Formats: sequence, structure tokens, C-alpha cells
Amino acid sequence: MAPLLEVRNLTVAFDTPGGTVHAVNDVSYALNEGETLGIVGESGSGKSVHVLAMCGLIPRPPGRIVAGEVLFQGRDLLTLPERALRDIRGGQIGFVFQDPMTSLNPVLTVERQLVELIRRHTKLDARAARARAIELLEIVRIPDAARRIGQYPHQFSGGMRQRVMIAIGVACRPKLLIADEATTALDVTVQAQILDMVKDLKREFGTTVIWITHDMGVVAGIADTIQVMYGGRIMERGPVDAIFADPRSAYSWGLLQSLPTAERRAEGRLHQIPGSPPDLYKPAVGDPFAPRNVFATPRCQLEMPPLRQAEGSVPGHLVAAWYDLPAALKARRETVA
Amino acid sequence: MSTSPTNPLLSVRNLAKHYTSGGGWLGGASHLVKAIDDISFDIAPREIVGLVGESGSGKSTTGRVVLRLEEPTGGEIRFDGHDITTLPARELKAFRRQMQVVFQDPYAALNPRMTVGDFVAEPLIVHGLVSSRSERSDRVAALFKQVGLDPRFMTRYPHEFSGGQRQRVNIARAVAMRPRLIIADEPITALDVSIQAQIINLFQDLQQELGMAYLFIAHDLSMVRYLCHRVAVMLRGRLVEIAPTEAIFSDPRHPYTRSLLSAIPIPNPAIERARRPLAFDYETQKPAPDAVLTEVSPGHFVLI
Ligand SMILES: Nc1ncnc2c1ncn2[C@@H]1O[C@H](COP(=O)(O)OP(=O)(O)OP(=O)(O)O)[C@@H](O)[C@H]1O
Ligand SMILES: Nc1ncnc2c1ncn2[C@@H]1O[C@H](COP(=O)(O)OP(=O)(O)OP(=O)(O)O)[C@@H](O)[C@H]1O
Ligand code: SF4
Ligand SMILES: [Mg+2]
Ligand SMILES: [Mg+2]
Repeated sequence: MAPLLEVRNLTVAFDTPGGTVHAVNDVSYALNEGETLGIVGESGSGKSVHVLAMCGLIPRPPGRIVAGEVLFQGRDLLTLPERALRDIRGGQIGFVFQDPMTSLNPVLTVERQLVELIRRHTKLDARAARARAIELLEIVRIPDAARRIGQYPHQFSGGMRQRVMIAIGVACRPKLLIADEATTALDVTVQAQILDMVKDLKREFGTTVIWITHDMGVVAGIADTIQVMYGGRIMERGPVDAIFADPRSAYSWGLLQSLPTAERRAEGRLHQIPGSPPDLYKPAVGDPFAPRNVFATPRCQLEMPPLRQAEGSVPGHLVAAWYDLPAALKARRETVA
Repeated sequence: MSTSPTNPLLSVRNLAKHYTSGGGWLGGASHLVKAIDDISFDIAPREIVGLVGESGSGKSTTGRVVLRLEEPTGGEIRFDGHDITTLPARELKAFRRQMQVVFQDPYAALNPRMTVGDFVAEPLIVHGLVSSRSERSDRVAALFKQVGLDPRFMTRYPHEFSGGQRQRVNIARAVAMRPRLIIADEPITALDVSIQAQIINLFQDLQQELGMAYLFIAHDLSMVRYLCHRVAVMLRGRLVEIAPTEAIFSDPRHPYTRSLLSAIPIPNPAIERARRPLAFDYETQKPAPDAVLTEVSPGHFVLI
């Protein structure tokens, strides 16, 4: 079966007065129908830009798609005319943006915004669309939805606005749901309810999901596959259990070490990955993480490793690394002992 | 009621904020939202208090009202012993400098037409804390490094930043003033866990070196447990529980707190897929209107 979505060599840059920002570099992956892909990674690593670019949503200029194809059900989204793309967005592809205040219209009530979207993509009349809009707000657990739907975005709390965004994202039962930091402003109880709703969508409608988050607990529960990004590149990708139990990229390993566990509470200090983020104006010739990686070999500085099967791990566990992280960690433990 | 220390830096008593707004379709009947309803708590100097709870329960409103960015409907706010509840703007300025805020929505807080470097420098200039241009840019560059941003980004505008980069610009501005209290409203939600660690380490360093206190509003309860000395839990405008951190996590008393703790996502796929949070039904389990915060063990208060 052909994948639902196939991203090939996507490369995105921004031309700014300070120089060209290489935000997304040669990103390729495929997503099967019904699969949930969790994307984690460095802040500023191109997670948002790459999904926005896929849907024709980066401002051009200064943004520029340098190369790549994005095949959705076999059609290249990057060459589709704007009108066709607009029909797909909010219809077959539901999008939950990271920044609710810039994507909701501040001068229109929540009701207007939801009803307009529903009517654009369905045949419902005004009354039915309004009923559906209220139902959606109830699904995302807005208390007193029938009354509060008449309010403006600024009258909602941060998490309530985020839930309006989620309601918009799922309004038309999309084939592909892209959620970018969609639950950051939600308490963990409501977050769990939203994640259950997404699981229901998957079960009932076979929805495919891209879930971008920094919350390692959330991806652990929702994702089938995890993809770790750094410096505009995919550093590692694989089944969720393999990434947590047996990370092969030094960056993924560093992320897992940074979590505030009971051990860290006892130590009184959190681990942070040493060094500074990569310079996106002057992308490294080699691995962008190499300068911060204590396990890096000379080759890492000179040549970007390809994303390839991690030796001795499950099929589909891919890593971009010139060397063997488990062996390096083992050697380190032995020298310490 | 004494929900804590003897000489608090911040003391909030019976604080309330109600909003009325036009109701449904075509502005029908107006209705009242009790965003916060009779909230009392203290923060000691150097203390880090976590404020957690339901989305929409009034956490951000509490922060804004305490800073007097919005006027309270009722109650009292004291900072360092001074009643600032009704202080006129001019006199408030001296206190503003000692209380900084990191807003929940990082983009809305930034000025889209100002470079982020100028934005971070602005309070330093307003309060006359830097004398020359070069001193100013050195200070801002140092602040950028502290929050993990490339100092060359100083000349960029907010729309050129990722969500987490914007959040860090706001944090840099808040710590620039070396205030005595920072109200940080979900300050690290858009950051990867390594940069979260860097910011939390920075907060702890400032707390230890300069004695800063924090009201840390957050949904990430693992981080709250790591960072905070005490935790306050909110539900629909009311404070339902407040206690030393370990007491909240090891001995939660309010059913809402219990339900909340049971929903914390665990970064372990096998555990996480099997986890079933405890249900909480607001309609049947909500606090009685006349419930009061009651001390159930030393320093541990529950609304009953
Ligand atoms: N309009 C723009 N002009 C210049 N640079 C930009 C622009 N938009 C984004 N960038 C840069 O592109 C890079 C990737 O940004 P992106 O928003 O994709 O990061 P992200 O991985 O989503 O990060 P976060 O986790 O912080 O949201 C960042 O370094 C950002 O500064
Ligand atoms: N300007 C306003 N007009 C009307 N209602 C408001 C206004 N600001 C906030 N509210 C309401 O007050 C309540 C508390 O909002 P607040 O933003 O304080 O919640 P919160 O606890 O910060 O939630 P979140 O975790 O989602 O950010 C919500 O019901 C919200 O809709
Ligand atoms: S190439 Fe080097 S720096 Fe990059 S992941 Fe492999 S070992 Fe680490
Ligand atoms: Mg982003
Ligand atoms: Mg809030």
C-alpha cells in the first residue's frame, strides 16, 4: 500500500537581512495510513516550519522552498495551486497551529470562525453547522459550550483557545491531522481527554496523525513512530519503544537525560546538553550536533551521516550517526567503574 | 487563616476577579464568569510556589491581577508588606520593577515592530540601569546566552522566531531586571527538554544567588515537583489545595488533585499506554460554595 504522505528531500530556507536561515535541511520520511508520528526535537529545529511548508503556509518571501516534494495521496502539495491547497487544508488535512492567538481572528467570535470553517468544507446549513460547532467545543471539553461559543478569543483562557484550535483541526474529520504543540496549555486531565479523542478518531476514521510536542510522556502514549529533529534534520526515527529503550542518536539520548526524574530531584540539578544551538546561517558540513556531542568522531565534523538502519535494533529504527552510541556508553561506564 | 510564612514577600487575601460579557448569538443575555473567586496565598522571599490546575481555572488571571495589570473585583494584594491593591499607577511603578512577568502567550507579549534585542533592553533603559549603548548590548548579549539564544539574533524581529525562541526572549526580559518576584506563566512549554533544563537551572541559580521568588504557573507536574517548594491547585476559580510539594504528590487530599496527579504522562511507552487516569466529575464533586481552606496537616490546606 502506498503511504498516505511522503516527504522527499524537503529543504526550506528564509532569506533575511542577516543571511539565509537554513531552517529545514533535506527531510525525507513516509507516513502510512492510520499511523501516528510523534515529532520531538530541539526548539528551532524546523518542526513547525517543515509542516507549515508542506501545506503552503510559510510566507514567501522571506521563506523559500529550496527543494523537495510532499506527496499526499500521491499528489505533490508543493506544486498544487493555492485554491486546491486551501480545499485540502481544513478538509482532508486538519491543522492545529502552535500559536492560537495568531491563527484565531481576534475580532470574530469563536462561533463565527467555527461555523464558517464547517460550512466551507461541508454541506451543513447555518443551524446544523452551529450545532456541530457546539458539539465540537463539548468534545474538547469547553464547559458551558453553548454559551461560551459566542465569545471572542481573548475572553478564553490560553488552554481554551488551544482547544478551539483543536476543534478547528478535527472539525471535518481529516484524513491527516497535524498538531503542533497542540496541548501545551492544557492541564494533564484535559490533555488526556484530548489524546483519547485523537485515539477515537484513529479507531473510527483511520485518521493519520503528526503530533509535534516537547512532552516525552505524551509521545510515549500516543505515537507509533517517533522522529527526533535537530538543526533542521532528522537525527533518529523509529518505533516508539525502541527510541525510549535504546536511543541511538547522542541528541535523543541527551534529551532523555534532561528529564526531571526522581534521580534529578535527589541531585538538585537538571542535566542540560552542553554547548549552544547550531548556527542555521552557516549549516555545518558535518553533523549539526557534532560540536556538542562528547561521543563525536572526527568524521562527524566533516560529513553528515545518512539516516540508516540502526545496527542490532528493530527494523525501521533509523539513525544518522557515524558511530555506535550503545558501545560508546558502555565504554564510558567501564572507565567510570 | 495562615497558609504560610510569617514575613511574606507577596500576600494575597480573598482575591476575586469577575468578568461579565455579552452571552450568545447577537450578544444575547450577559453572563458572569468568576475567573477567580476568593483566593488567598502567600509567597515568601526566595520561595518557588507552583500554581497548577484545570485549564481555565484562573491561573493566568491570578497572575495578571497580582501584578495589577487588571483590577481585582475584590480582595487585597500586599507586596513586601505594602498594600498595592489600589495604588495609583505612578506609585505602582516602583513595585513593578521588583515584580516581572513571563506571559503565557509569547508572541502576544512581544512587540512585532521592535527587534527582540531592543525589547529585552527596554526595561533596562526605562529604569536607567544601563548607561551606554555598548553596555546595553553587552548586557543583552549575556542575557541571550543565559537563555540559550544566539546573541546575533538580537537584531531580528519576533516573527522570525520559533515558538520556543520567543518564549526565551520573554524570559530574558523578565530576568534582566533582577526582580524580587517573577510570575512565570507557563514559561517553558514550547522548549525542548534540554532547554527547559537550562531555564529551570537558571531560575534556581537566580533564586539561590539573588533570592528571587517565583510564582510558577505550569501544567508540567514533573517539573513542578522538581522545582517548587510549595504547590497550589486551582479548580474553576478556586484554590482547592495548597501544601509543601512532597505533601501534594505523596498525600493529595482533594479529589481533583488526585485526579490531576493520576493523569501525569510518564515518559515510558509501556506504562503510558496502559495508564488510566482517575475520573473527576465536577458536577458531583465540586467544592461547596461555603467550603473553606482547612489545615489537614502542618502547612497542608484543603478546601472542604
Ligand atoms: N520568518 C522567518 N524568518 C527567519 N527565520 C525564521 C522564520 N520563521 C522561522 N525561522 C527560523 O527557522 C527555524 C525553524 O523554526 P521552527 O519554527 O520550525 O522551529 P521549531 O522546531 O518548531 O521550534 P519550537 O520547538 O521552538 O517551536 C528557527 O531557527 C527559526 O528562527
Ligand atoms: N477578558 C476576559 N473576559 C471574559 N472572561 C475572561 C477574560 N479573561 C479570562 N476570562 C475567563 O476567566 C477564566 C479563567 O481564565 P484564565 O486565563 O485565568 O485561566 P487559566 O487557569 O490561566 O487557564 P489556562 O491553563 O487554559 O491558561 C476562563 O473561564 C476565561 O475564559
Ligand atoms: S555523526 Fe557524530 S555527532 Fe553525529 S550523531 Fe553520529 S556520532 Fe553523534
Ligand atoms: Mg514550533
Ligand atoms: Mg493561563
